[in-house]
Amino acid sequence: MDIRVQADPFAPGAVLDGFTAALSGAGAVVSFTGLVRDIDGALDHMEIEHYPGMTEAALRKIASDAMERWPLIDVLILHRHGKLAPQDPIMMVATASPHRNAAFEAADFLMDYLKSRAPFWKNERVGGVDRWVDATAEDEAALSRWGDDAANGGD
Amino acid sequence: MKIDVRYFAWVRERIGVGHESVETDAATPRALIEELRTREARYEAAFQDITALRVAVDQELVDMDDALGTAREVAFFPPMTGG
Repeated sequence: MDIRVQADPFAPGAVLDGFTAALSGAGAVVSFTGLVRDIDGALDHMEIEHYPGMTEAALRKIASDAMERWPLIDVLILHRHGKLAPQDPIMMVATASPHRNAAFEAADFLMDYLKSRAPFWKNERVGGVDRWVDATAEDEAALSRWGDDAANGGD
Repeated sequence: MKIDVRYFAWVRERIGVGHESVETDAATPRALIEELRTREARYEAAFQDITALRVAVDQELVDMDDALGTAREVAFFPPMTGG
């Protein structure tokens, strides 16, 4: 399990190569990279706040839950904080398993939980004005398809 | 008891500090919020809609009505937007 929370930029290809090189017994690797989405060319930058300490613990829990649920060989979660430019990679997940289905499903699961259960908050500066990105009902609803502690942390 | 209370994102901005030490006998996060709301307008501004908030006790997500017990750190923040 490789959990990284960092302000520094990263190269998704290099991270994926490192993850893959360390595996043994894997037949499938799935990775997902999230980018800072521009808003009609108007996004100046994004700033991501997080909760040091809790962030790392929450990511470890999400990764452990995935490893309990699927026959995974390894999991990687990397998430940036601080100031990011449009199209910068924000985060990535990678999963490795003997067969592809588990790797795909686990990557999907990691993304759903990262959206709503890891203490990050996105702030976008658009046309010189800062605004907090709202959580969406869709993100919250996405957790229910995994059928477990979707209610945790809700109120 | 003395609790380190932390605020993030727009909750932090409305209250004006990232964390502070609070002397309280509140039994739950909800009770702590009600207590803080009576202190100053900036708390009222941050806490006017409790359903818009999430809470972590000692860095774990909990519900507003869970017991604070011997909590050392309580954090209030809006729903998270990671990924």
